[in-house]
Amino acid sequence: MSRETIVNILLALLLLAVPLGASAMGEPFYITLATRIAILALAAVGLNIALGLGGLVSFGHAAFFGLGGYAAGILATHAFDGVPLFAGIPGTASMPIIWLVAVVVCGLIALPIGAISLRTTGVYFIMITLAFAQMIYYFAVSWPAYGGEDGLSIYVRNEFPGVNTTQPLSYFLICYAVLMAALGLFWLLRGSRFGAALQAARQNATRLAAVGITPFNVRLIAFAVSAMVTGLAGALFADLNKFVSPSMLSWHMSGELIVLIILGGKGRLFGPVAGAMLYVLIEYALGGITERWQFFLGLILLGVVLFARGGLLGLLAGKVRHG
Amino acid sequence: MVEPVLEIRDLRKTFGALKATDSVSLDLRPGEIHALIGPNGAGKSTLIHQISGSFRPDSGTIRFLGQDMAGLDMAARARLGLGRSFQISSLAQEFSALRNVMLAVQARQGTSFRFFRPVMSDKSLTEPAMAMLERVGLAGRAYVAAAELSHGERRQLEIAIALALGSRAFLFDEPMAGMGPEGSKALTKFLDGLRHEAPILLVEHDMDAVFALADRISVLVYGRVIATGTVDQIRNDPEVRRAYLGEAA
Amino acid sequence: MSIALLIEQLLNGLQLGVMLFLMAAGLTLIFGVMGLINLAHGSLYMIGAFACAAVAAATGSFWIGLAASLVAAAAAGAIIEVTVIRRLYDRDHLDQVLATFALILIFSEGTRWLFGSFPLYLDIPSLLQGAVPLPGGGQYQLYRLAIIGVGVVVALGLYLLISRTRLGMRIRAGESDREMIAALGVDIRTLYTVVFALGAALAGLAGALVGALQSVQVGMGEPALILAFVVIVIGGIGSIKGALFGAILVGVVDTMGRFLLPKALALMMPAAQAGLIGAALASMLIYIVMALILAFRPSGLFAAQS
Ligand SMILES: Nc1ncnc2c1ncn2[C@@H]1O[C@H](COP(=O)(O)OP(=O)(O)O)[C@@H](O)[C@H]1O
Ligand SMILES: [Mg+2]
Repeated sequence: MSRETIVNILLALLLLAVPLGASAMGEPFYITLATRIAILALAAVGLNIALGLGGLVSFGHAAFFGLGGYAAGILATHAFDGVPLFAGIPGTASMPIIWLVAVVVCGLIALPIGAISLRTTGVYFIMITLAFAQMIYYFAVSWPAYGGEDGLSIYVRNEFPGVNTTQPLSYFLICYAVLMAALGLFWLLRGSRFGAALQAARQNATRLAAVGITPFNVRLIAFAVSAMVTGLAGALFADLNKFVSPSMLSWHMSGELIVLIILGGKGRLFGPVAGAMLYVLIEYALGGITERWQFFLGLILLGVVLFARGGLLGLLAGKVRHG
Repeated sequence: MVEPVLEIRDLRKTFGALKATDSVSLDLRPGEIHALIGPNGAGKSTLIHQISGSFRPDSGTIRFLGQDMAGLDMAARARLGLGRSFQISSLAQEFSALRNVMLAVQARQGTSFRFFRPVMSDKSLTEPAMAMLERVGLAGRAYVAAAELSHGERRQLEIAIALALGSRAFLFDEPMAGMGPEGSKALTKFLDGLRHEAPILLVEHDMDAVFALADRISVLVYGRVIATGTVDQIRNDPEVRRAYLGEAA
Repeated sequence: MSIALLIEQLLNGLQLGVMLFLMAAGLTLIFGVMGLINLAHGSLYMIGAFACAAVAAATGSFWIGLAASLVAAAAAGAIIEVTVIRRLYDRDHLDQVLATFALILIFSEGTRWLFGSFPLYLDIPSLLQGAVPLPGGGQYQLYRLAIIGVGVVVALGLYLLISRTRLGMRIRAGESDREMIAALGVDIRTLYTVVFALGAALAGLAGALVGALQSVQVGMGEPALILAFVVIVIGGIGSIKGALFGAILVGVVDTMGRFLLPKALALMMPAAQAGLIGAALASMLIYIVMALILAFRPSGLFAAQS
């Protein structure tokens, strides 16, 4: 077993052990903290497909995170009020259906956004994905039907068949299971033919084209899959907070998702998990000491970018290895 | 007369005021090695780029296997069977030599949109890829990252990739460069046999190799083809001697 | 809808455009010369606004505040260039995004630390208070006209700077050929610091000018930054001409969209509904315009290299 695999297993166990222990000791706060980590990690796993494997620096993934959140919020609101969504279609409080809607909506919206953005590269791509996310953000702010700027509350956490989701530990376990499934997906994808083409598109798009694979197609699919995973995380996040607002769509959120990946280690299977753990820990630990924790977060981030480019996993498990 | 595999007619390309390709016409016939020679900056690589689809010509036509290439991008041309190597090698740097070739194998199979099965344990990819590396003599370096290969080895790897594509014509841009006399000799021998698989348009500075291999030679100077002919015809062409070999007339 | 109202809205669009140009010119210059994407440009805008408001409050003079804003933003720019930005020039864009994102966190929190969380207010200087009559019977704020004037002067100044001076010649050389300029013995490190500080000063100027129209608060730079990104993406990154054109386009389209869309929709549907949909659409309009432009010209209208 490689050192990275061992570190990965330890991280997975640690994330599971903390809320189990907290539950045993009657400390629900730490369960919520771990749930937050799992969900943010899931969102970053999504982004890691585009950014880590494909080298696509999307600065607009908050769009999908927020859309997933609004999918959950809107469906739950209609289910709660008993008012049909449109054309007689009712809302729903069932998580599996909500997730499906979130994933499909994000995929469908990611396709046109990706199709336009992927005509460009480099800084243009960064800025265009940012701009599209802002467009959706401003739409959410100025469209009053679902709370506009104030956001939308979910009065009762949505339901999952056979599980009492209002219990913090149960909800954590759902999120944890989804995270593990997404990590499995990432792992399969990375090792597959598609993954090979995607990673080649990052390393050298001309080479990929010269063997007859159109980089655009590969990237577009990766972008959409990436958006779908991040959207799923958004739906879970809305249910965690029982609230969704435009802040989930904001560019700070997009920045945070990138930060998670870089803190953990770009392109690595457990990079987002390590990053999310570190990020939430910094937020919690610094937030306990000073109101100005973001100032120090900025300094830490600056230090990581300038001096520790492999992130936490780079530190723990050495450099990335390819077959 | 047999149909040429590749047919270039009146191709033109300018960079600003510079005529990099100036009314170039040439053919690549089945089974032949057609060498393209000329001084540095003559426009040889620019021509290869236009054939393979990385540059768009200003005017003129390129037909490959009877089909007009206008409007087809690089990937589409590669799928039709135009395999190329780059003068400045262009590889997936982090991937091993084997994975670089495997990428070509999956491209040829048209199976790049499969999302789950792991490639490294997939014999339908690894075996053909390894076979290509063996053909170019790079099997011993299969698991070395492309970035860590020597210049000569990268050239060999590019050729292995073109082979794995099952190319119907090869465009090789200075494959011998950086190879050393031993390597050049081995590659010359290899290309000699390869022409029976598919014809080769060979840009090369190594004149020993060119004279040993070429069925025909075209001489490019300032973007123009000043002569096309057999080795002997080119050797004795006064204009070539003047313009290219720098002789007084 | 009266002509005067239309003219007023057009002028508002122009004024927004000018403000965006001051932001975008620096961003695009920095990208063109150093290849750097600087998210913290919005922080420099904020610093300009705070410096102006604080100094104006202390001295009672807007003009001293304005000078202070230039100095403070340029100094902040020079300091971060020397300490942080310099290390990013040969990094990839991802690292640049992250490091400058970190700078935003530092500047925003730092400013909150210094000035607290309440907004500051900056008064329009007495010289520029009042309004001028518009054709068609309306009135227009003199101060906003003055901002437009500043934009014209800065655009002209930049044009002269880049086309007529030694510094401009070096900037142009730096854009096209870094090794060449180093070989010519120009101290490229100093050049970069100067260019960065110049861009920062323009952002600070924009912040100070806008500070008198709205409240001065932490986070004010971010919407401006993102609009400036849209501007330079539309104009073509690295092109000052593109920045000018894009800024005016974005300013006018955004302002006119907010003004006209609800009215246009009201012709087709009930007024209340038209207001809602119109406002939502208007808030997305510039992004739609940007997407359309990029769909046809992926590297912007005045791309430096085609
Ligand atoms: N992308 C380009 N833009 C501008 N000029 C180019 C470009 N590529 C090549 N050139 C110029 O075209 C001429 C031919 O170059 P090239 O085809 O590389 O020559 P060769 O391969 O025969 O040495 C040279 O003068 C070169 O500087
Ligand atoms: Mg060449």
